[in-house]
Amino acid sequence: MNDSKATEAPLVLVVDDVDHGREIFAEYLEFRGFRVATAADGLEALEKAFELLPDVILMDLSLPGIDGWEATRRLKQDERTRDIPVIALTAHALASAHDKAREVGCNAVVTKPCLPQELEQEVRRQLETATKNESKAQP
Amino acid sequence: MGSKAKLAFVDALLAEQETRSCAVLTLRWLARYAGIARAMCAMVDGENGRLAGLTGLGLSPAAVDAFSLDLGDRTHPLIIALDGGEPVAFRDSSQFLPRPFATPLGNTSFHAIPLAGARNAPGSGLLLVSGGDSPLLGEVLWAAELLGIRLSALQYNRAQIDDRRHKRERAWLFSIINSVTDPILLTDADGRILIANTGAERLLTTEEDRSEGRRRAVALNNMLFSATLFNSGGGGTSQELVLVDPSEGQELLFEVLRAPVRVRSGEPGLVSVLRNVTDLRRASEEIEENYRRLRVAEAATRAERDRLDLILNSVFDPVLVTDPEGKIVRMNPPAERMFTVPTGKGGEEVERRVRINDAVFTSFVSNLYAGQSLLWRGELNLIDSQTGAPAPFEAFSGKVLSKQGEQTAAVTILHDLAEAVEKAQLYEQVKHHSEELRERVREATAELAEQNELLRRQAFQLEQASAMKSQFLANVSHELRTPLNAIMGYTHLLLEGVSGELTRPQREKLARVDANSRHLLAVINDLLDIARIESGKMPLQADRVLLPELIDEVMTEVEPVIAGTRLEVIRILSPDVPEIETDRQKVKQIVLNLLSNALKFTPMGSVSIRLGNAGEAGEISIAVSDTGIGIAEENQTTIFEAFEQANSSYSRRQGGTGLGLTICRRLAHLLDGRITLVSRLGEGSTFTLFLPCAPRKA
Repeated sequence: MNDSKATEAPLVLVVDDVDHGREIFAEYLEFRGFRVATAADGLEALEKAFELLPDVILMDLSLPGIDGWEATRRLKQDERTRDIPVIALTAHALASAHDKAREVGCNAVVTKPCLPQELEQEVRRQLETATKNESKAQP
Repeated sequence: MGSKAKLAFVDALLAEQETRSCAVLTLRWLARYAGIARAMCAMVDGENGRLAGLTGLGLSPAAVDAFSLDLGDRTHPLIIALDGGEPVAFRDSSQFLPRPFATPLGNTSFHAIPLAGARNAPGSGLLLVSGGDSPLLGEVLWAAELLGIRLSALQYNRAQIDDRRHKRERAWLFSIINSVTDPILLTDADGRILIANTGAERLLTTEEDRSEGRRRAVALNNMLFSATLFNSGGGGTSQELVLVDPSEGQELLFEVLRAPVRVRSGEPGLVSVLRNVTDLRRASEEIEENYRRLRVAEAATRAERDRLDLILNSVFDPVLVTDPEGKIVRMNPPAERMFTVPTGKGGEEVERRVRINDAVFTSFVSNLYAGQSLLWRGELNLIDSQTGAPAPFEAFSGKVLSKQGEQTAAVTILHDLAEAVEKAQLYEQVKHHSEELRERVREATAELAEQNELLRRQAFQLEQASAMKSQFLANVSHELRTPLNAIMGYTHLLLEGVSGELTRPQREKLARVDANSRHLLAVINDLLDIARIESGKMPLQADRVLLPELIDEVMTEVEPVIAGTRLEVIRILSPDVPEIETDRQKVKQIVLNLLSNALKFTPMGSVSIRLGNAGEAGEISIAVSDTGIGIAEENQTTIFEAFEQANSSYSRRQGGTGLGLTICRRLAHLLDGRITLVSRLGEGSTFTLFLPCAPRKA
């Protein structure tokens, strides 16, 4: 983590294949003062993640091509992106979908529909946790 | 007295061969030529150790015979005279002192003249002659000397002859007793063996150089033998005695026969004859054993015969045994019915039938004996001796041959053909019925299998349909959620002022959009719950649950709702409610739902929640009561069905989905519990959830 990052607003990568899904959360988070990047599928999400190394990732699970579960798995296996919190976003209400998301390494699961406010709360919670872990790792 | 007389005497004396005759001759000569009135000649009997009277002159023969002196009686004057070798005169009775004695000569004086043998051999006898007062005449001495010589010569000859004879006899005796194989022994009073034959020596004596074993055996035998001698309790009895054969080592059994005898100088002795009865005993034992075997064999034969009878009697078909002449020697009861006249039940008819049967059978059996084959089969048309009904039989005869191949008997078995025919018909019938039955079973089975298959297919289809329904619902839910997310999201963006400030009417209308989209989400969630319960995919998590704590949580969640009403909310917790094992989340969902309903449908008054033990053991109850609008009796059942609310317009106003009670009831079932309702329209309702303290075992 460099100095510029420490002073800049946190960068959120919003991944969703549905345009309005992406737009609502991106617009709201920007409105709330976050820096936001977006990706429309799994492959793009991976590219953006490796390139930008965001502070948190909002990952829709049902994606064309590489889906959200697979993308998360890859992110969590990679040295560079392992520690970035991933919040799964899904319209699947069944417990099995949630369990699978946790198995591949998602730090939290949020069921759609989800109010932008609630999502922002979860993002902040994850950022806080990540910072704590980081300060623990590098005292 | 001339020498002629002396010569004649010598001649006569030499001619005599007997001692007594010589003595008689001498005494007669003395009477004639020496004027001797009375005299006696006594002879030494060396064998018996006595001096005994031989013959007398002018004396009673009985007195002479009675005269006998012990040669050992050394103080007897006559014995002293005999040993002295010189004539002694006994003149008067005073001279008899200190040993007065009598002689056949009576109370008179006499001369005692020892009869010396030739070459000064010891005296062979004593000559007593009367006239002891006068001196002895030369003739008397001469005759006495001559007699002495002659007697000792005769005695010597005789002794020699006797000795030879004794030796011979002894040898014979020994050969006789030795030829007896049974041991024979003569023992003295102390049990010492005096004579033993070879048989006895073999058992009871041994030489020093013999083996230790043999010496021991002999010592043992002697001990055993001696024991019987003293335990016999006198002679004449027979005893058994076991001895050891010293050379073979085996035991021999003897029967001991005893006879008391006198030995040497009259001592008592005992003759023992040991009869070897070992072989006898063995033979007798063998005979006993053979007899026993015979008895056993006899019993076995009898048992075998009894068994044969039993077997024969247990055969249903008539069985007959005939001897080689064709005579029936044995038959079982079924055969007796055909071939014998029962006692007391006879009658001419029966006898005639039996005779006919007998003739038929005899001619059949003669075929067998005449032929070479061992078996013969034929048909016999007999008559039932009792009823006279024709009785056709199939007959099988078999020859019984001895080991030597002789015909000893024939066994014939008759098989009832009438019965066989009957049985065959019966069998056909049974077979037919069974075939029919089998066909029916087969049809029924086929039908059953078909139905099973159908059911299985239906079950499979049902399962598939159910799975598809669940999948469909899940998909629908997903597809509904996505646009709903957009609606709710944009509404919020606008309300939050992301796209600029809103006017009051705009804000109000957007609030409506927001409320309705929230309601839609609740409906979708409830539908998904129902779908999950129905498809059995609602996961349950058993947990220890403290119900007072759970109720507190629910109360906290509905606190904002309560705050918006003027209702009095009462909580009553029975203290002795145990911790229960159930799915915490589901229970909470039910209680929350019931409480929310109560709050929604009670415009005024109170709402209470009461936790307690149910009447039934192991059950708890959570009752939620209100003083609300109540439910009409006709609606009390349908209210638990999907989308049924007693007053739908009111409920919609209250934001209910109409699915809450349906879900509650189904969840309660899922937890092995139930929900009951007591209500009166306009007065209020009580919904009670009953739950088991622990889940039932599946």
